[in-house]
Amino acid sequence: MRQFLIFTQKEFFHIFRDRWTMMMLLALPIAMIILFGFGITTEIKNTRFAIYDPSRDVATQGIVNTMEKNEYFTLEGYVENPDQIETIFKEGKIGLLVVFSEGFYENLVHTGDAQVQLIADGTDPNTASTITNYATNIIAGYQLELLKIGEIPFQITPEVKLLYNPTMKSAYNIVPGVIGMVLMLICAMMTSVSMAKEKELGTMEVILVSPMPPILIVISKVIPYFVISIVNLMNVLALAVFVLEVPIVGNFFLLVFVSLLFIFVALALGLLISTMVETQLVALLLSVVGLLMPVIMLSGLMFPIENMPIILQYVAQLIPAKWYITAMRDVMIKGLGFTSIIKEVAVLSIMALVLITISLKKFKIRLE
Amino acid sequence: MKAVIVQELERSYDKVEALKGISFEVDQGEIFGIIGPDGAGKTTLFRILTTLLLADSGFASVDGNEVVKDYKSIRKKIGYMPGRFSLYQDLTVEENLKIFASIFKTTIEENYHLIKDIYQQIEPFKKRKAGALSGGMKQKLALSCALIHKPVVLFLDEPTTGVDPVSRKEFWDMLDKLKHQGITILVSTPYMDEASLCNRIGLIQDGNFLKIDTPENIINQYENVLLAAQSNQMSKLLKDLRTEEDINTCFAFGDSHHITIKKESLAENGGNFSIDKLTMDLSNKGHKDIHIEPIKAGIEDCFMELAK
Amino acid sequence: MKVIESENLTKRFGQFTAVDNISFAVEKGEIFGFLGANGAGKTTAMRMLCGLSKPTSGKGTVSGFDIEKQSEEVKKNIGYMSQKFALYEDLKVWENLRLYGGIYGIEKKAIGPKIDALLHQLGFESEKNTMVKSLPLGWKQKLAFSAAIFHEPKIVFLDEPTGGVDPAARRQFWELIYDASDRGITVFVTTHYMDEAEYCNRVSIMVDGRIEALDSPKNLKKQFEAENMDHVFHQLARRAKRN
Repeated sequence: MRQFLIFTQKEFFHIFRDRWTMMMLLALPIAMIILFGFGITTEIKNTRFAIYDPSRDVATQGIVNTMEKNEYFTLEGYVENPDQIETIFKEGKIGLLVVFSEGFYENLVHTGDAQVQLIADGTDPNTASTITNYATNIIAGYQLELLKIGEIPFQITPEVKLLYNPTMKSAYNIVPGVIGMVLMLICAMMTSVSMAKEKELGTMEVILVSPMPPILIVISKVIPYFVISIVNLMNVLALAVFVLEVPIVGNFFLLVFVSLLFIFVALALGLLISTMVETQLVALLLSVVGLLMPVIMLSGLMFPIENMPIILQYVAQLIPAKWYITAMRDVMIKGLGFTSIIKEVAVLSIMALVLITISLKKFKIRLE
Repeated sequence: MKAVIVQELERSYDKVEALKGISFEVDQGEIFGIIGPDGAGKTTLFRILTTLLLADSGFASVDGNEVVKDYKSIRKKIGYMPGRFSLYQDLTVEENLKIFASIFKTTIEENYHLIKDIYQQIEPFKKRKAGALSGGMKQKLALSCALIHKPVVLFLDEPTTGVDPVSRKEFWDMLDKLKHQGITILVSTPYMDEASLCNRIGLIQDGNFLKIDTPENIINQYENVLLAAQSNQMSKLLKDLRTEEDINTCFAFGDSHHITIKKESLAENGGNFSIDKLTMDLSNKGHKDIHIEPIKAGIEDCFMELAK
Repeated sequence: MKVIESENLTKRFGQFTAVDNISFAVEKGEIFGFLGANGAGKTTAMRMLCGLSKPTSGKGTVSGFDIEKQSEEVKKNIGYMSQKFALYEDLKVWENLRLYGGIYGIEKKAIGPKIDALLHQLGFESEKNTMVKSLPLGWKQKLAFSAAIFHEPKIVFLDEPTGGVDPAARRQFWELIYDASDRGITVFVTTHYMDEAEYCNRVSIMVDGRIEALDSPKNLKKQFEAENMDHVFHQLARRAKRN
C-alpha cells in the first residue's frame, strides 16, 4: 500500500511542478467553456432587417414593433420600392427583409390568411435558416396575441414553439459538449503522454524491473488525472450555471454519475494509447487526431449527426462522447431521469469495460 | 549456485542479429565485466537478464531463477541501472530515492547502511532536483536507487559512459566495496581500461564473445610480438611504419604507436626482423629520437587482435 | 598564426561562475586537447568560442573574429561535431553531406563532385545511398567528422567525438584528425579517453572553471612527475572543490 501511495504522490509532483501542465489542466477547460459559450456561438444577434409594407396597418405595425423589441433584430428601415430589394441585400446592410402583402390586416381578420414573406441572405444557409426561424416565431407569437383579443372562434395557429431551448440559446447545447471534450482531453491525452514520458526517460525500465505489479503502475498513473477531471467537471459546471446561465434542470448526482462513467472510458482510452506508443509526441498526436477530432466533429457537438452521410452516422455511434453528450443534454437541460438515459449509460459502461480489459491485457510486463 | 547462467542466447531485431548465441556464467560475489563497443549487444543482453526482453532462443537464469518463467522472483532481488540514468528529473534527490525504496517495499532507513558511502556524497544536495545534478552525481544517485533494496545481483549497463576519468575511478572504488559486501555485479563498459578492475571479463563484439577469462589470462594469452615505437614525428611515423613489410598492424596508442610483427618475419621463424633494422629504416626516412621497445600487451591490444 | 585567442574569458550564471577568467591561444593546424572533469566548465567555454553563448566578461577571437560581436562570421569559419548529435539518422549518407554543404553555402554544382571525392577518400562509395542509422558507430563518427570539415573550415570543434567507439575505429578516427591537422585545419577536441590526450599537440586541463595546466603532454607529464596523462589528470581533477 505504501508502495502505491508514494507512487501516486510522485504523479502529483510531476503535475504540480510543471507550470505548463498545470495551466493546461486547469486553465484550458475554463478558457474553452468561455470561448465556446460566448465566442463561437451559433446564435445570431442584432440582425439588421428591413420592411416592405404596402399596407401599413395595425397588424403590420404590431409585428414590426415586436420584432424591433427583440434582442435578435434591429430595424434598418423601410423599403419603398420592390426594385430596391436586390440592391439593399447586395450592399450587405441587412440580413432579413420582411415583405407584407397588401391589405394585410383585412386579410388576417376576414379570411385568416394573411401573407408574410421572409427573405434572407442565402449565402450562409445556416444563418439564414436561423434568422427566418426566429422571425417566424415572432410573427406567430404576435398572431397568437392578436387572436386572443380578436375573439375569433376558430383559427389555426401555427405553433412553432421551440422545446427546452425557447430562446435557442446555443450555450445550452455547447456546455455538455465542452465538458465531454475537456474530460476526453485531460484523461486520455495526459494519461497517455505521462506514460510515454516514462518510457522515453527510461524510468519505465527500472520500474518494470521491480516487484511493483503492473496494475498498480497503471492505477497510480490514472488517479491524479481522475481527481483533476472531477475538479474540472465542477469548474465547468459552475461556469455554465453562473456565467453562461445554463441551468442544471435534472438531478445533479445523476449528472455526476454519467460524467464519472465517461471519465473511466476516457482514462481507458488513454491507457490504450499508451500501450501502443513509445514517445510523448506520438501519444500527443494520436490523442488529438484519434480522440479530440472525433469528439469535435462526430459527436454532435458541432454538427448534427442526423445531417451526416450514413457512413459517418455509423462511425459516430462508436464515439463515446456522442453517448455522453446525449445523456448530458437529457439530464442537464431536459431534466430527464435515469430511466431515459439507460441506453447511453449501458453503452458507456460496455465501452469502459471493454477498453479497460484490452488496455490491461496489452500493458507490457516487458519492454516489447 | 552460479549467480548468472547464460546458454546459447540469441536475439534479433528485424534482420539485425544483436546476440548470436552467447554463453557464459558468473560466479557469486564477482565483478563480471562485459566489455565492447556500442552496438556489440551489451544492452540487449542486460535487458534479457533483467527480464525486460525475451530472447528468441537459449536459456538464461539469474540467482537460480529462469528469466522468462520466474521473472517475478528475479525482479524482487536484482538491482538495475540502465544506460541512461533513469531518474525523475523533476523530483529531488531524496524523493527519487524514496520512490525507488518504496516500489521495492523497503525504506531508506532500513537499508541506509548499504548506500551510506555513496549516498553521503550527494546527501548535501538532497533537496536539489535530480535534473540539476552533474553527471557524476546523477550516477551516484542512480546507483543508490539501484541498491536501496539490497539486491543479490546488480546489473549496471554502461554506468561510466561519458563520465570523466576521476568520477569513473570513484565509481569503480564503490563497486569494489559492494563486491566485498557479497553483491554479484555485472557491468558493461566501452572503456577497455576498466577491464583490470573486474574479476573476469567477456570481450564482446557483434553479438559474440571474443573471449571470456580473467584480465590477466587474456593478456598472458596474447601471442604476438608487440612493440611500442616513438619518434619526433608521430603522425608521419604511423604512415611510415605501415609501409614496413615486416609489420603486421600499427596503431596509435597514446604517446607511442603499438606495432605487431608478422610471424614469418621473426628471427625464430627464419625471418630477419630486428629492432635495430627497423630503427635504421626509420632513421633513413628522416625520423629522429627513435625509441622502439618490446612491451606487454594491454586489454585494448588483445581486443584489437581478437576482433580482427 | 593564432586562430583562437581567449583573454580572461568569463561566464557567470547568477552566483555560479562556470568559466573563470581563462586565457589561452591555439596555433593554426594545432590539435588542442581541452580536458576537464564533468562540470568543470568545458562545454560552456566551448559554446562561447563557437559563438553560441555570450561571455559575461573577457574577450575572445576565433579565426580573427570577435566571438561576441561577430558570432555569425565565427560560425561560418568553424566546423562542429559532438557525440550526441552528428548526422541525421533518417537521411542517406549523401543527403547528410549535401545538407551540410548547403548549410555552409557551398555552390550547388560543386557539392556533387565534392561528395563523391570525399566518399572515395574514405572508401565509402558503396554506402552513398545507405541510411545513416544502419551504419556501424565507428563509420558514423568518421562520416560525421568529414561532414564537419566538408566546408573546409579553419577550425573544427569536436565534443567527445569517440565515446563508445570500438578501439580500432577510434584510432582510425584519430588518423582522420591528423590528416585534417596536416592540411592546416585547427582541431579543438574534448575527450574522456586519456590516451587520446597524448595525441594532442597541447592539452589544457580545466578545474572548477579555470585552466589549471596547459602544455604539451610530454611537458605536463614531466611537470607532474606522472607516468601518463591519466595520472596528470587525476592529480589536477582531485583539486576540484565544487560538486
